Amino acid sequence: MPTTWQEIFDLGARDATTPEAEPESEERRRGVFSRLRESLSKSRQALTEEISASLFDRIDEETWERLEEALILADAGAPTTAEVVERLEREVESGAVSADGEAVRERLIEILAEVASGGRGPIDLSGEPAVLLMVGVNGTGKTTTIGKIAWHLSKEFGLSVVLAAGDTYRAAAAEQLAEWAQRAGAELVRSKEGGDPGAVAFDAVAAARARGADVVIVDTAGRLHTQGNLMDELTKVRRVIAKQMPDAPHETLISIDATTGQNGLRQAKIFSEAVEVDGVVLTKLDGTAKGGIVLAIANELGIPVKLIGTGESLEDLRPFDPADFARALLAE
Amino acid sequence: MFDQLSDRLQATLSDVRSRGKLSEGDVDAAMREIRLTLLEADVNFKVVKTFTKTLKERCLGAEVLESLDPGQQVVKIVNEELTGLMGGTGRDLAFASGGPTVILMAGLQGSGKTTACAKLARHLGQSGKNVALAACDVYRPAAVDQLVTVGKRAGAAVYEQGTDADPVEIAAWALDRAREENRDVLIVDTAGRLHIDSDLMDELAKIRKRTKPHDVLLVVDAMTGQDAVGVAESFAEAAEFDGVVMTKLDGDARGGAALSVKAVTGKPILFASTGEKLEAFDRFHPDRMASRILGMGDMLSLIEKAEQQVDERQAEDLQKKLESDRFTLEDFLQQMKQVRKMGPLSGLIGMLPGMGAMKQLKNADVDEGELDRVEAIILSMTPLERANPAIIKGSRRKRIAHGSGTKIQQVNQLVKQFDQMRKMMRMMVSGEQPSPQQIAQMAGGAGAAPRPKYRRR
Repeated sequence: MPTTWQEIFDLGARDATTPEAEPESEERRRGVFSRLRESLSKSRQALTEEISASLFDRIDEETWERLEEALILADAGAPTTAEVVERLEREVESGAVSADGEAVRERLIEILAEVASGGRGPIDLSGEPAVLLMVGVNGTGKTTTIGKIAWHLSKEFGLSVVLAAGDTYRAAAAEQLAEWAQRAGAELVRSKEGGDPGAVAFDAVAAARARGADVVIVDTAGRLHTQGNLMDELTKVRRVIAKQMPDAPHETLISIDATTGQNGLRQAKIFSEAVEVDGVVLTKLDGTAKGGIVLAIANELGIPVKLIGTGESLEDLRPFDPADFARALLAE
Repeated sequence: MFDQLSDRLQATLSDVRSRGKLSEGDVDAAMREIRLTLLEADVNFKVVKTFTKTLKERCLGAEVLESLDPGQQVVKIVNEELTGLMGGTGRDLAFASGGPTVILMAGLQGSGKTTACAKLARHLGQSGKNVALAACDVYRPAAVDQLVTVGKRAGAAVYEQGTDADPVEIAAWALDRAREENRDVLIVDTAGRLHIDSDLMDELAKIRKRTKPHDVLLVVDAMTGQDAVGVAESFAEAAEFDGVVMTKLDGDARGGAALSVKAVTGKPILFASTGEKLEAFDRFHPDRMASRILGMGDMLSLIEKAEQQVDERQAEDLQKKLESDRFTLEDFLQQMKQVRKMGPLSGLIGMLPGMGAMKQLKNADVDEGELDRVEAIILSMTPLERANPAIIKGSRRKRIAHGSGTKIQQVNQLVKQFDQMRKMMRMMVSGEQPSPQQIAQMAGGAGAAPRPKYRRR
């Protein structure tokens, strides 16, 4: 299960052994996750206080009800919540899991992690160049996420990155990406505002091929999944990219805001119908929102979370670790 | 959108009618459905709990009226209670008696503040106010540029000092300038911030102190989940907001967050932002939101949308034509263009209540491409042909198909369906009710191929 930057990127045959590419030290990892836990600690309170303190002291009807409540409050949604709780309840009743508080709690974490990890794989960057398409609803953090991914690829893996400013709609979106490109030392391909996003993507991939760049990341304008014409435009961007490079884009990620409720499921489903989404970037996990909607997305659509965003700074984008996520949801 | 609470309640309470009164068991079963519906709409769990408790008391022992089935009756009670909770008819902004009215906008990152600022500026500008915007988001890259661009589009002045100045100072400076330039309104855009980021929340409180806003508006994304409650409570504390702007209501989120925010803070939702364009911004209607949360369609909004788009004289004209049976393909083309101006047809269908009963339409995915084809076919006809489709035979058919890039069969089909439609319209005008099959036929029949696509759930 990929949980480090080295594991989350499948770089294929590419030689990316940079000084920083050696496995992350356990200490640093711990540091990062304690930070994650810390930044999430407030969000956990509601859930943890209820769950860890007294919930599993006595296993009875009330236990399941309160567990249900906690998962609903985390935005996991009624169907996924019911499934998880029923499964745990059944296992306890059948004796597969002993009716001991600690055992039940650990089993719950296992189940949650299993649900969250549904069908996961690394982010495929084996193409030459590898083309990554970023999609999502307005305001979910696409551009910021792209900036951070570019920074990691460029600064930590020493790869050359081309950013395509495919958000030609929102005022100043290209400027925002330009700032990130500069920070990451990436090249930016853009057009004027109102230009054709497909053409920008096409040009970026062409430029990357001509210059032998390693990765192209294509930004797109945020759009509501209900805007049929804009979803068609997205499909077209994808098609245009494939015209430049037949098997591209190699990876399509959707950004989902952790504060999103049940609509996140619709977003993931409809975007996936338009552009075949490979994974979710769960952003803004540094607030009090628990991002439980990704459980529903993984459970019902089989689209795994690959990255999480926990803040504004560069190191606040991390590979998603389902076990840790589940544990952090329930930890003391 | 189509998960109709009324459908579910009708199923749950189907056998009640014979017994005359709702028993405790019936009410409990109904409450379960309501609870699920509200949770699916992202109403906060705790708000749901309190709400269903009140509701249960009202439903218990309620007489089952002859005119409504028990399911509908419960829906009616839910709708009433929900509308009440959402807060009557809403209030207006508080305007200063002299000097600029200051409106401070706050919210989480990505909730749509900057866009909402420009939309509000345009909205107020339309009612004759002279509006300026203050660019106090110095953190997000290019946020200032964005406000400058959209502010210009909205016809408002934008006061900015780049990204090096302190937001509190920018706000104070902008207020001075607004006074000097005799602006009626100053809208202060602030950076998105997390409600648990104490430094930034302090900064917001400082901006509030320095500018003494007449209204502080919290911008809330309609897609927000359970956390809306925590966010609203924190912002209420730090920014003492007076009202809420709900954004991204043009999506298909049911928007339960609106209810949660109102329930825990008591602050009204003032504005609804409903699209990409600057004009997609309007007063908030609590009653419509209640129906939306319950998945009961949004008939009122649809009517209003239609009113905005359809010219009244044209409507009268059309009525006359229908009555005298002079409705032509040319009229049909104009009608289609009018309707399509309102947005994608699938969205419009979603706004119609009662679609739960009409299975054919419920999951119909209107193919906009088909509509393009129909337009192309009509556009390839001569005025004579449009007025009198009956003359379209042999070579005319061939020419039209050729001209519109379609097949002869498709031209045929369109002419045939138009004929059917005209018959049905005549029926409607004369007061007869067409059957659901006829309506479905027409809905599918507007395109060249009358087969609604079914979307799997």
